Amino acid sequence: MEAGQVKRLKGICTVTDDERREVSRLLEIDRLQTYFFSAAGVVKAVDGISFDINQGETIAIVGESGCGKSVSALSILRLVADPPGRIIGGSIRFQNRDLLKLSDEEIREVRGKDIAMVFQEPMTSLNPVLTIGRQLTETMEQHRDMSHDQAVARAIELLGMVGISDPERRLRQYPHHFSGGMRQRVMIAMALCCEPKLIIADEPTTALDVTVQAQILELMKNLTRRMGVALIIITHNLGIVARYADRVNVMYAGKIIESAPAHDIYHRPRHPYTLALLRSVPRMDQPRRARLDPVQGQPPDLSRLGAGCSFQPRCGFAVARCASESPPLERVDGGDHLAACWEANTVARSLTRSS
Amino acid sequence: MTPIEPTGAARQSAQAAVRVSPVAQDVALEHRRQSERRVHLAPELVTIRDLKMHFPVTEGALFSRQVAQVRAVDGISFTIRKGETLGLVGESGCGKTTTGRCILRLERPTAGEILFDGKNLVDLDQKSMRALRQKIQVIFQDPYSSLNPRMKIGEIISEPMMVHRTEPNKAARDARVMELLRLCGLDPRFADRYPHEMSGGQRQRVGIARALSVRPEFIICDEAISALDVSIQAQIINLLEDLREQFGLTYLFIAHDLSVVRHLCHRVAVMYLGKIVELADCDELYGNPLHPYTQALLGAVPVPDPDMEKARAYRIVKGEVPSPMNPPRGCVFHPRCPLAIDSCAKNVPELRELRPGHWVACSVI
Repeated sequence: MEAGQVKRLKGICTVTDDERREVSRLLEIDRLQTYFFSAAGVVKAVDGISFDINQGETIAIVGESGCGKSVSALSILRLVADPPGRIIGGSIRFQNRDLLKLSDEEIREVRGKDIAMVFQEPMTSLNPVLTIGRQLTETMEQHRDMSHDQAVARAIELLGMVGISDPERRLRQYPHHFSGGMRQRVMIAMALCCEPKLIIADEPTTALDVTVQAQILELMKNLTRRMGVALIIITHNLGIVARYADRVNVMYAGKIIESAPAHDIYHRPRHPYTLALLRSVPRMDQPRRARLDPVQGQPPDLSRLGAGCSFQPRCGFAVARCASESPPLERVDGGDHLAACWEANTVARSLTRSS
Repeated sequence: MTPIEPTGAARQSAQAAVRVSPVAQDVALEHRRQSERRVHLAPELVTIRDLKMHFPVTEGALFSRQVAQVRAVDGISFTIRKGETLGLVGESGCGKTTTGRCILRLERPTAGEILFDGKNLVDLDQKSMRALRQKIQVIFQDPYSSLNPRMKIGEIISEPMMVHRTEPNKAARDARVMELLRLCGLDPRFADRYPHEMSGGQRQRVGIARALSVRPEFIICDEAISALDVSIQAQIINLLEDLREQFGLTYLFIAHDLSVVRHLCHRVAVMYLGKIVELADCDELYGNPLHPYTQALLGAVPVPDPDMEKARAYRIVKGEVPSPMNPPRGCVFHPRCPLAIDSCAKNVPELRELRPGHWVACSVI
């Protein structure tokens, strides 16, 4: 019922927005549910999330470990291992096709060609016994009917684009010859090789050092902008997406609890969890504080969620209603800002008071 | 297994945190600054002089010969005063963890001195070193691999007390385990649980309780919060601060997260390829970074504010950290340095005190 409400609200939004955006909608996820069936019970890793991406847009999915952000991404490409996982509801419409209804053959055509993925750990996602060149050309020969020579020429061009020097020689090398940052550049080149419409980057810089992290993010942003590719960045760090995301979705315990344009998420959060995330980190741009305000308690166990709001046990704004009724993701403040909290107005008032 | 819910106190402090007033923050900050000034007068607890740790790289299985060496730590010197927290920052492979392991004598340094309370740890034999380890404890990065999965939490925390025979009697040990669990914000009932029943943040609290069990003076925190979720990191940072205050602990805080180091540390040393390139008081280093590498590091830290991010000029340092097996000649940073001049490729810059207490190894500045 709550996802239905979102749908309706989105309808209102798109009417007021310019029509071009409606036309250029690339991916629409509606009430997606991915559950894991384990001996200990059913884990609702993704529990009814809905969001859209337009062509060329960059969105972020932010959340802590176990909130379902990676499972959402894997669900888009139907890469969730079954068993134990299964997509039990919802729809994923990509260019007006429901990815969940495609045959295995058809979804394989989509993977890598229309939607590509960049994973967190570039060492485990590259094959250690194949050369970089083989791994890059394989996809192109598979998906784009290129001859081997054409694919090699394109691979050299791509490696140059992602900033790898001496690409002809590097093509003949193996992943272990590359450093972490260089491997991640190779992953980006692989993602770009079939000119996809959408790239999903799952924690693309978590394993990298700070100076390299900045290089990789800047590279991804520039390349996607130049090629008009939409980008989903999945991360646990609100800081890294501030520069890049047009829109931010915050996830907690399998649900999107707040979704807004980047500026609103950072300056006018309406969900207590988003606010707590922003407040709990020490910030370089602000004077040092004597103490941090942590989020108390532990993240919830997804196989044992109660009826109410899953953040309620840790929430400083919680009222009696929060324990029994789960709040729907609703429009707040007018405009394009959605939050799932009964007390969103109290959060807003507390912000105006403290500033 | 019944879940252990957050206690009433945790709920209340969550509510209090929302309402913490700016005035209270100012008072607390002033208190903090005062304690930081006191630290400057405290006696030195740890002194490192020209520490070197070179690892041999060998080839051949039967008649192995040394073909190269990795200069993980290459001549660093610093001191830590009693009650002080020194931050050691740098990117992976810069030697910060090796420095910590040398102090714990998990490695035997190639050269140099490590003075703890006036005693040189490098010369000590196994037996006297074991006795000293009671005073020097460590908190590791990964709370998953640093706790033995087959031991109960109570056993994990009491093991150091048995090794060092600080609490010979079992009842006293059990009582101390309860006390430590409570001190670290855990329910004492966790003593009978196994590590897999706990979340990452809870496990890290166990790691801290274990380090505290033998009443150490000096704790090396090696990336102690890096593996934790953002919302949990702040809890652990506050816990480390409270414990420092309560027991007068001295920390060596090894980390790569510069904003956390700024919050927690009194002084900060920046390492690059086995050398210290800059060392200064926390506010001085962050307010007035002099070494080009420090500037690059600070410039790369993202700020959670889209307006500020879009407005600021992004100067990304090019390239990556070279291999410590074959470090560049001269200044190790010169191939990536925006200020490098010809002489940087030849001369190794010395650490010079450019402002009071602010040491920089750069010949251009």
